[in-house]
Amino acid sequence: MASIEIAHLCRLAQLALTESEQAAALADLQRIIAMIDEMQAMDTDGVEPLAHPIESDQRLRPDTVSETVDRDHYQRGAPATRDGLYLVPRVVE
Amino acid sequence: MGFRIPQGWEAVIGLEVHVQLATRSKIFSGASTRFGAEPNTQACPVDLGLPGVLPVLNAEAVRMAVTFGLAVGAEIRPYSVFDRKNYFYPDLPKGYQISQLPHPIVGRGAITIEASGEAPRTIGITRAHLEEDAGKSIHDAYAGLTGIDLNRAGTPLLEVVSEPELRTPEEAGAYFRKLHSLVRHLKICDGNLAEGSMRCDANVSVRPAGETALGQRTEIKNVNSFRFLERAIEFEIERQIDVLEAGGAIEQQTLLYDPDSHETRPMRTKEYSEDYRYFPDPDLLPVHVSEAFIESVRSTMPELPDARRARYAAEFQLGDYDAAWLTQDPEVADYFEAAAASAGDAKLAANWVMGDLSAALNREELGIARSPISPSQLGDLIGRIRDETISGKIAKTVFEGLWAGEGEVDEIIAARGLTQVSDAGEIEAIIAGIVAENPDQVAQFRAGKEKVLGFFVGQVMKATQGKANPKQVNELLRKALAADTG
Amino acid sequence: MDPFASIGQHAARLRDGSYSSVELTRFFVDRAREHADLNAFICVDEEGALAAAEAADARLRAGTATALTGIPLAHKDIFCTRGTITSCASKMLENFVAPYDATVVERLNAAGAVTVGKANMDEFAMGSSNENSRFGPVRNPWDPGRVPGGSSGGSAAAVAAGLVPVASGTDTGGSIRQPSAFCGVSGIKPTYGRVSRYGMVAFASSLDQGGFLGRSAEDLALSLAFCAGADPRDSTCSEHVDEWLDGVAENGVGNLEGGLRIGLPREYFADLSTGSELLDAVAGFFESIGCSLEEVSLPHTSAAIPAYYIIAGAEASTNLSRYDGVRFGYRCENPGSLEDLYRRSRSEGFGAEVKRRILTGTYALSVGYYDAYYVKAQRLRRLIQRDFLEAFETVDMILAPTAPGVAFPLGELTHDPVAMYQQDIFTIPASLAGLPAMSLPCGFHQGLPIGVQLIGPHFAEKTLLQAGAAYQRETDWHTRHPEAG
Repeated sequence: MASIEIAHLCRLAQLALTESEQAAALADLQRIIAMIDEMQAMDTDGVEPLAHPIESDQRLRPDTVSETVDRDHYQRGAPATRDGLYLVPRVVE
Repeated sequence: MGFRIPQGWEAVIGLEVHVQLATRSKIFSGASTRFGAEPNTQACPVDLGLPGVLPVLNAEAVRMAVTFGLAVGAEIRPYSVFDRKNYFYPDLPKGYQISQLPHPIVGRGAITIEASGEAPRTIGITRAHLEEDAGKSIHDAYAGLTGIDLNRAGTPLLEVVSEPELRTPEEAGAYFRKLHSLVRHLKICDGNLAEGSMRCDANVSVRPAGETALGQRTEIKNVNSFRFLERAIEFEIERQIDVLEAGGAIEQQTLLYDPDSHETRPMRTKEYSEDYRYFPDPDLLPVHVSEAFIESVRSTMPELPDARRARYAAEFQLGDYDAAWLTQDPEVADYFEAAAASAGDAKLAANWVMGDLSAALNREELGIARSPISPSQLGDLIGRIRDETISGKIAKTVFEGLWAGEGEVDEIIAARGLTQVSDAGEIEAIIAGIVAENPDQVAQFRAGKEKVLGFFVGQVMKATQGKANPKQVNELLRKALAADTG
Repeated sequence: MDPFASIGQHAARLRDGSYSSVELTRFFVDRAREHADLNAFICVDEEGALAAAEAADARLRAGTATALTGIPLAHKDIFCTRGTITSCASKMLENFVAPYDATVVERLNAAGAVTVGKANMDEFAMGSSNENSRFGPVRNPWDPGRVPGGSSGGSAAAVAAGLVPVASGTDTGGSIRQPSAFCGVSGIKPTYGRVSRYGMVAFASSLDQGGFLGRSAEDLALSLAFCAGADPRDSTCSEHVDEWLDGVAENGVGNLEGGLRIGLPREYFADLSTGSELLDAVAGFFESIGCSLEEVSLPHTSAAIPAYYIIAGAEASTNLSRYDGVRFGYRCENPGSLEDLYRRSRSEGFGAEVKRRILTGTYALSVGYYDAYYVKAQRLRRLIQRDFLEAFETVDMILAPTAPGVAFPLGELTHDPVAMYQQDIFTIPASLAGLPAMSLPCGFHQGLPIGVQLIGPHFAEKTLLQAGAAYQRETDWHTRHPEAG
């Protein structure tokens, strides 16, 4: 099994785990991946990956404006808004 | 003097141009794509990434992508797949952007560019794929806070990726301009750069001339002006050469161009450098484009700019410069063709569109679509020059009247009393008076000083407030001045 | 009023005036309150339910009622309901009120069904025991010391305890079938794409499928008939037309066609210790009514759990990225920076199992591991589907156990995620293949219910439901309930 860089995974997934939580998560993940690695023994040469259980074509939508936006309604449960904008701590680009 | 790449160096430039497709609704939702609405009033639950809602693909976005692909002679893929590109950013509501990585809708194609004074070059287009735009972050409205407006989130984008075949900032600019002209002719993008309808990322590297391996590249993000693109690439080429000549190494990084200082600087946010974990979006199925559909798009394809330019040379006998100038912007070309038809003289129409009209539009910062003078009015004006109702000079006065909205051409001519004086008797009488009053100039002319004729013409025009037919004035003056010697 | 009556029986009483929908609704609301200790509901919306019941009574009087008009039901709290909280049993969505109804909810509302409340579940449907709920575990009505199964544990417990005649659920890897088996009720996971996913909070998009838990195959068919079918808001919802299903409300499920060939997958029975004699009895029943039995092989069965935990984890890891504390849902106190806002909101808002799945999925998709895990799992997914398709060349339906054992005691597996994952061994393959599958009660082991699973080809719900109805006409396991009334 390949090594698991738990801190890197947490960063990608934007999860903040304490050191002890990370250790526990790593132990779980190692067991889960070990269980998953049992599949590596199966031969899948030449097998097309299956992304959808029912393989068909994407349906297309006509280009019409069908949505009416009720901003105040949608923002009723928002953590922080002002002047119709969602607010987050200052981002420096 | 313009920018020159220093001797001994070569630049390698590839562009990724994000073209906002001019659909009415978003690529995966039924919300409007109109620009400039109040914040978040065009962000529906799908655009907001609320729980449980799902994307459904806009047919028009597919049609536009196919239109573009056909216009650049590209392969249209029968099956394309939408992927999720995963990263966290507050203007990316779902935490992933729906895009296409291994299976784009448009494959390899090419366009021909002409940097000024250079021979035409064909630049390869690697691919073009459909994706959704992000929202906008507003950083300067509130102390310590960034505001998020998701109206733009979900606007369809066609990302057009070039081969790294551009060699100078000028070529990069020419490529960007050519794409701009093309997508506007195809009516798949409004081309409004100021509103961000086309945004360009440039990958830039340098290498010693003759070297075949590529140097380390950097990426300049999000440039939305032809001039800024050229400036940013100029700056970046010089910066990279300076680093290398000083014995340093180029770092792979993402840069932002600051149009005030003309400098590029590294982006401080990390969201672009992470592992994007692309994988097929399970909410969407493969997009099938049939041969029949491709044929239907092909058969309704508008005339492309290169074809139009060639037609102007053949049909209107316009020079290549004029034909290229007029066909760059489809609205200009449409205007010109309408004015030429109405005037019955393409050459004159071209001169007026490229001259007075263009100058006036530039002065007022107006697009030709908002010109206060319609093509038929300009045609009428040219018609009155051709039938000698007014002189070319007077026409400029009428043009001003049209621009100011004083009425139709003939109304302005009548109201301002600008009808050309072509009555030979009337002009002869005025000439006789002027000849009598200026014996010195008459003598000079007769002594062979041809230039003095201009003085007499000016006097006649002054006396007739410019309304005398200049051709006739010339003839009658020569006759009058010669007559006395006889 | 009989809390264990079928939909059809209630519908008849509503029509003959024995009781009104308002009375029936009040009856079930009261029962839900009386059985609050089961923790089957996250919320009971008495006011909304009574208003809907009044409207239903008006329709009944006006003669515009459908077969579901006035019938109380519960929705798993994963289905968005406009105007009331949809929490997905997560702190992240504790206060989330969707501005839209899920298509399933909308269609059942349109039919006149009455939503009594939102059923408890594992957080974001991730779990096999209903112990991963922000609102505490659900208890199994047959033994309150045991789990009801998961993730649709609240729906299963509510139906089993007679708190509603039918409840919606979702099944990603067994989340309808396994709790149905554990609680002794009938449950169907339709073909992937049969029921719209719009408004159903996503766990793993290519696997999630809405369905029902109820008292009988007849009731499941009826409920499904009202919400199946194409939806312009879900690209993956099939446009498959099923005249039989469209006619179920009018014509009933109908009789099973004769000569059905039933496959018994070798791999599912090889190590089965609990309840195999009960499954033999079910097989024997079908043989007795003229079906033929045949052993079949599904050789890639052992790859199903690994492939599933990669695919479901990968999809979940990005489906759950939208919970970032920016536009809705939980936000941590006083975030110091954007990163801090993201990390603390997500870490505080998600429970342990959800975080485990996100990390597993992130791992499977990350650079260097994508081909070895995600792509490999997708190839195995095709092999698993191919196993079924090949089996369905010789049989019409597969009969198998639903779960490897009976409901286990609360807390028994909470510290062993891998052992917990093994609970889904018999349900995951049909999920990966997108096949319709149903669990029916078929007996008891040490006083706890056992379920039999019927799996059919894509869109063969008719076969499953007719077979289930045939079985339930001749047996009474589905009418057993954990209390006298």
